[in-house]
Amino acid sequence: MSENNTSKQKEPLFSHRNQRLLSNPLGKDNPITVQVLGICSVLAITVQLRTSLVMAISVVAVMGLANVIISVLRKTIPPRIRIIVQLTVIASLVILVDQLLKAYIYDVSRQLSVFVGLIITNCIIMGRLEAFALNNKPWPSFLDGVGNAAGYGVVLLTVGFFRELLGSGTLLGYPVIPNFLYDLGYENNGFMILPPMALITVGIIIWVHRHRDRNLVDIS
Amino acid sequence: MKAIHKLIEKTRPHFEKGGRFEKLNRTFDAFETFLAVKGDVTKKGSHIRDAIDMKRTMFHVVIAMIPVLLFGMWNVGYQHYAAIGLEVDFMDQFVFGLLKVLPLIVISYVSGLVVEFIFATIRNHEVNEGFLVSGLLIPLIIPVTTPLWMVAVATIFAVIIGKEVFGGTGMNVLNPALLARAFLFFAYPSYLSGEVWIYTGLQQGQQLVDGFSGATPLAVLATGDIQNLPSVFEMFLGTIPGSIGETSTIAVLLGALVLIATGVGSFRIMISVVAGGLFTGFLFNLFAVNPYMEIPPYYHLVMGGFAFGAVFMATDPVTATQTGSGKYIYGFLIGVITLLIRVLNPAYPEGMMLAILLMNVFAPLIDHYVVQAHIKKRLKRLQNAQVETR
Repeated sequence: MSENNTSKQKEPLFSHRNQRLLSNPLGKDNPITVQVLGICSVLAITVQLRTSLVMAISVVAVMGLANVIISVLRKTIPPRIRIIVQLTVIASLVILVDQLLKAYIYDVSRQLSVFVGLIITNCIIMGRLEAFALNNKPWPSFLDGVGNAAGYGVVLLTVGFFRELLGSGTLLGYPVIPNFLYDLGYENNGFMILPPMALITVGIIIWVHRHRDRNLVDIS
Repeated sequence: MKAIHKLIEKTRPHFEKGGRFEKLNRTFDAFETFLAVKGDVTKKGSHIRDAIDMKRTMFHVVIAMIPVLLFGMWNVGYQHYAAIGLEVDFMDQFVFGLLKVLPLIVISYVSGLVVEFIFATIRNHEVNEGFLVSGLLIPLIIPVTTPLWMVAVATIFAVIIGKEVFGGTGMNVLNPALLARAFLFFAYPSYLSGEVWIYTGLQQGQQLVDGFSGATPLAVLATGDIQNLPSVFEMFLGTIPGSIGETSTIAVLLGALVLIATGVGSFRIMISVVAGGLFTGFLFNLFAVNPYMEIPPYYHLVMGGFAFGAVFMATDPVTATQTGSGKYIYGFLIGVITLLIRVLNPAYPEGMMLAILLMNVFAPLIDHYVVQAHIKKRLKRLQNAQVETR
C-alpha cells in the first residue's frame, strides 16, 4: 500500500478500479467465454492438466510483462509502427519463456511443442496491448494483463481438468479413477482426447457461464 | 378408452396452475397427447384439422422400423448360435436376440426421455416426440455387445449436445441418433469395431466354431479378402454380422415401403442415395486398382448400413434438405461420400454414418443455393415477360 497518504491524487495500489481490472476478465469479461478469443490453443493443449497449467502460467508471465513494457514505452512508440513493436516485445518474451521451459521442464515443453511459440499470435495478448496498455500506466496495465491471462488460464485449466479426467482417467498424471470402476466395465472416453471435445467442453462452459450471469445473454 | 379419458381428466387438476405437481405440467402434457388427442379447439381463422401431428408422424417411422427390429433380434440369436455351433429352432434364436436387444432399447429410451423431460420442464416447452424415433434408432445402429452404460452416455450426449442446445426437436443440425453412434465410435472405438458384432458370451463347455471370424462384409473387404465375402443373397437377406438393425436389406425395404406409402420419408432422398452409391461404384470399377474397387456396385447397397442409412437416417425430415431438388443433391452426395470413405479410407470400414453427418451440416447450404437459383430463374422469366409485353 502507498505510504504517502498525503498526496491525494495518487491512487492506492489496489483501488476499486484496479481490483476490477484484475477480476473482470475472470468473470463477466472473460477473454474466452465472453470475447471468444484464443480458442485455438484451448483446443490444442488441454489434453492434459499439466500442459494446461504450464501454458496458463506462461501466458500470465508473457502477458503481464508485455503489458508493462508496452505501457512504459507507450509515449515513445510511433503509432504507425506500434503493431510491429508490440509483436517484437511479445516474441522476445515468448522466446524467453520457451527457453525456460526447455531448460527446466523439457517433457512438458515437448508436449506443448509449437504452441508455446504460437503464444505470439494469441489474439488476447495483442488485443490487450492495443486496447489497454497503449493508453494506461504500467501498474494498471500489469493488472489488466495478469487478469486477462488468468481468465484465459482458468478456462484452460477447467477444460484440461475434464479432458484429462474423462479422457485418460488421470489428473496431473496420477490415476484418480479407482480401479474397481474399471473392473465394473468403465472405460476412458477416447473422444475427450480429440480436439472436437475440447470445443464442446468450452461450449458447455460458455453455456454454464451465461446461465449464471444473465447479463451476458445477448437478446437481439 | 373411456377409462383413459377419465384418468386424464381426474389427474389434470394436479398438474395445472396451482396444483400439487404444477412443475411437472409438461410431463403430464406429454403423456396426455401420447394417449389421446388433446381437447384443444381451433380458436382463430379457418383450419383443416387432421389427425396427423408430429406424434403420429413419428409413430409411422416407428412402425416402419418394426421389420428391421424383429429381423435384427432374430439375427442376433442366429449369429450367436451359429458362432458357438449349436443348432436351435427359430423361436430360441429369436428369444435370445430379444433378451439381448430389449435392454438396449429400454436404456436408450429411458436415458433420452429423462433428458427431454428435464429440459421441457426447465424451459417450459412441450415434450417433443422426435425422440420416439431416435430412441429406437440408436439401438438399431450399434453392435449388440455395446455395454449399456455407454449407450446411456451416448444417448444423453446426443440429446443434449445434438438437440437441446439448439432448441429441441426441429432445430437440430445433426441427426441425434447418428450423433450418438458417432460419439460411441470415437469415444470407445474398441467397442464399435473389430469383433464386436456377434454376442458370443461363451458359457462352460461352449467354444467358437472353427473358422469363426465375426467380421462384417465391409471389414472382410477392407482386408482384401474377397473369397470370404458372404453371397449377395445372404447379404440381401441379412444373415450377416453387423449392427442390430442394419444387416437385412429386405427388412429395410419393407420399412421404406411404409415410409413412402405414408409420405413420411422422402423417396427422393432414398433414390438419390442409391443412385449416388451406384454411380461411385461404377466409377471405382472403371478405375479399379485393387479388388475392393472391382466389386460390382450393387454389392455396396446390401453391405453394412447403406440401405438402413438411406431409408431411416438420410430421410430425417429435420436434418435433411427441405427443397425438392435439394433432396436429390443431398442424397446423391451421401451415396458418393459413403463409397469414398468405405473404399478409399482404410481407417473407417463403414462410411454411411460420417457421410450423413457431413451432409447434415451441408443441408442448409444446399437449400440456400437451390432457393436462390429458383428465385433467379423466376426473376429472369418475369423480366423476359415484361420485355415481350412492352
